Amino acid sequence: MDDLARLLAAHPFLDGLGRAHHAVLVGCTKNVRFQPGQFLLREGEEARTFYLLRAGRASLEVHVPGRGAVRVETVGAGDVLGLSWTRLDGADPSLPPRVHLDARALDPVVALALDGACLYRKMEADHELGYVLMKRLLALTYHRLERVRLQRLDVYKASP
Amino acid sequence: MTTPIPLFDPMVPAFARISRVDRELPDVFTWHLAAPSGAGFSFAPGQFNMLYAFGAGEVPISISGDPNRPEELVHTIRAVGAVTRAMQGLRKGDTIGVRGPFGSAWPLAEARDQDLLFVAGGLGVAPLRPAILHALAARSLYRRVIVLAGFRSPADFIFRKELERWRSRFDVTVEVTVDRADTSFRGTVAVVPALIAEVELDPAATVALLCGPEVMMRFAVRELERRGVPHERIHVSMERSMKCGVGFCGHCQYGPTFVCKDGPVYRFDRIERLFYVREI
Amino acid sequence: MVHPRPDINASVLLLRDGLASLLQHLRDDGYLVVGPTVRDGAIVHDQLRGIEDLPVGVGDEQAPGRYRLRRRADQALFGYAVGPQSHKREFFPPSIRLFQLRRGAGGPVLTPEPPIDRKLALIGVRSCELQAIAVQDRVFVGGHHVDADYASRRRGVFVVAVNCGEPSGTCFCASMGTGPRASGGFDLALTELLSGGPHRFVVEVGSAAGADLLARVEHAPASEADHAAASAVTAAATANMGRHMDTRDIKSLFYANQEHPRWAQVAERCLGCTNCTLVCPTCFCSTTVDTTDLAGATATRERRWDSCFTLDHSYVHGGSVRPSLRARYRQWLTHKLASWIDQYGTSGCVGCGRCITWCPVGIDITEEAAALRADVPVA
Repeated sequence: MDDLARLLAAHPFLDGLGRAHHAVLVGCTKNVRFQPGQFLLREGEEARTFYLLRAGRASLEVHVPGRGAVRVETVGAGDVLGLSWTRLDGADPSLPPRVHLDARALDPVVALALDGACLYRKMEADHELGYVLMKRLLALTYHRLERVRLQRLDVYKASP
Repeated sequence: MTTPIPLFDPMVPAFARISRVDRELPDVFTWHLAAPSGAGFSFAPGQFNMLYAFGAGEVPISISGDPNRPEELVHTIRAVGAVTRAMQGLRKGDTIGVRGPFGSAWPLAEARDQDLLFVAGGLGVAPLRPAILHALAARSLYRRVIVLAGFRSPADFIFRKELERWRSRFDVTVEVTVDRADTSFRGTVAVVPALIAEVELDPAATVALLCGPEVMMRFAVRELERRGVPHERIHVSMERSMKCGVGFCGHCQYGPTFVCKDGPVYRFDRIERLFYVREI
Repeated sequence: MVHPRPDINASVLLLRDGLASLLQHLRDDGYLVVGPTVRDGAIVHDQLRGIEDLPVGVGDEQAPGRYRLRRRADQALFGYAVGPQSHKREFFPPSIRLFQLRRGAGGPVLTPEPPIDRKLALIGVRSCELQAIAVQDRVFVGGHHVDADYASRRRGVFVVAVNCGEPSGTCFCASMGTGPRASGGFDLALTELLSGGPHRFVVEVGSAAGADLLARVEHAPASEADHAAASAVTAAATANMGRHMDTRDIKSLFYANQEHPRWAQVAERCLGCTNCTLVCPTCFCSTTVDTTDLAGATATRERRWDSCFTLDHSYVHGGSVRPSLRARYRQWLTHKLASWIDQYGTSGCVGCGRCITWCPVGIDITEEAAALRADVPVA
């Protein structure tokens, strides 16, 4: 238990959160490992897990019929993965939340896996915790959006 | 009225012979030129030359060679316009007109005993290469040396072998990323600013040197701000149209500055006022 | 015939014949004598054979987008304001060859252009023109690099200035502090007096060369009355300026207003024709043009006037940095009135009014600057 709390506190996403909040989150958390090639998340499956990556890199991919898997971004230690459990995507709340991207380990990956439903309950029960986490999730989403914008600009393309 | 008599005419080129051509990409090539004067061609990393192809015209190209090897002049060029396309057709033994070196330099002396962060985007790695080579040759002068480079795709790496060689050193951090890739690529897929967010450095003691498309530098500056790197420790290399290289032709004006003589390397806080003005 | 050699800074009196003789001496000394003359309905600069080539009895009318010559009631030689051409073309010609190249066995063989070897005398140079020359001197020979062609054209020029008595409707040198009285940069400065006596000129001596020349020309001491009449000429000119530019804090005014809606408004009128930059006596932008012969054996490189109003001016691979006329007009005027000060320690505008007169749609830069100021809250 102490170990997990320490690992949670050490992850940049939860850095600076109070000790009490870390303790609350421990109950939703387990330590997981993936071998290269293994999927952390798979598009279409029920979104159950929020990963805090501790080591190794994972690749976010979209499967395009005829093209195979297209690599959208790679993430690594310090990043987080899997936001669908937040139910912020506007999907029908009576249905289970779904994963929208494939996430595959590129290296041996070590991560903390937080149970999405558990986390969701804790955030609902303790709005202060919920608010702090939501702010971080929003910042994260914002940064990722910013990167996608830059990526979309295709700035290194030779001009005609 | 008296006017000073010039010692040399900065508008007249010297000629240098191409001693080697490296094909970097289908549209990018590197020239090695025997220095136009026997004494060698000394320059400061970050500076550029005006290169002239017989009858075709002249273009500003930054120097991408090793500052410790003045006997050789190195330029990495992308064939994008009429002049650079004509240049792509030239071979070993052909001659090129050279005027220069012109412009400001990367603040390498100022970066001594600091973390030295290079952020390159695409062909922007070329103007940074002399500074990187210097830092690697004089490694003990700096604390961390970090090279972050972004390219369009795994097929668009420039100086790939060299980046791999640098990366194999124990005293340098080299991170390379691409904007897009298929799953056969094992490296990082992300934009360069994402690398800035994660790299280990001491923000208050970092000197960051940025070179790449203006938009990429804007995003990179934002990420450096988040990391807490002060604006006066960020340096960017700007690009504008240039016809003369010495402040006469008026083309490269960037606000009150001339990119050819006040730039191309600017300390960010000094041009921040201009950086976000559109069409300036 | 030897006349007393006046002291530098002294003033003497010269009659019309004396001026004719002065020009003749310059010609005899091998000077190419260039000054104002009437051609194609405008006053332009050309070689003068004598004072009869000057615009005798010709005046002008100028307003935004308007220029007309008119017949004067008198025989004044300098009774008009500045025409479309400034003296910049003498030192910074519209087109010059930079060098020629020939393919040789051991590589290209370069033939540099020989330095310009001429003795040039400029006649009738207004104060605004002298100030404009001084501004261009800072650009081409005042910095780290020296423009060799400009330096060779500029060297040893003999200047006969004229203190302006006839500002036009578009002139505003008084508010720019650049005229109408010539304050320096001349060998001789004339003030033309048309009344209170014979047609005569009060001549101020600005250099030893000017004094030497006067010593060979019949002249008389200038009386107190002549001095007073000369002062009255420029005082009247100051009072008759057609336009006014408020230059207080003008640099910060422009820097603070790069997104002012006025830029979009003026861009709706501006045709991007480049006239203003061509007639401007300080605009110095140029481009290079490379050509080869058909066989590709020789190549030539030329330098030509360019204008920041063209799309090409800011072209970097992929496109123009200033695609909109709004940005191009803003670049021109901001440079002229504001960033020039940062670059060269002086305004790029000398108040000659040409850009107003020769703008086909009559855009008035004093009005544009005032419009920016009108919306600035008073601190």
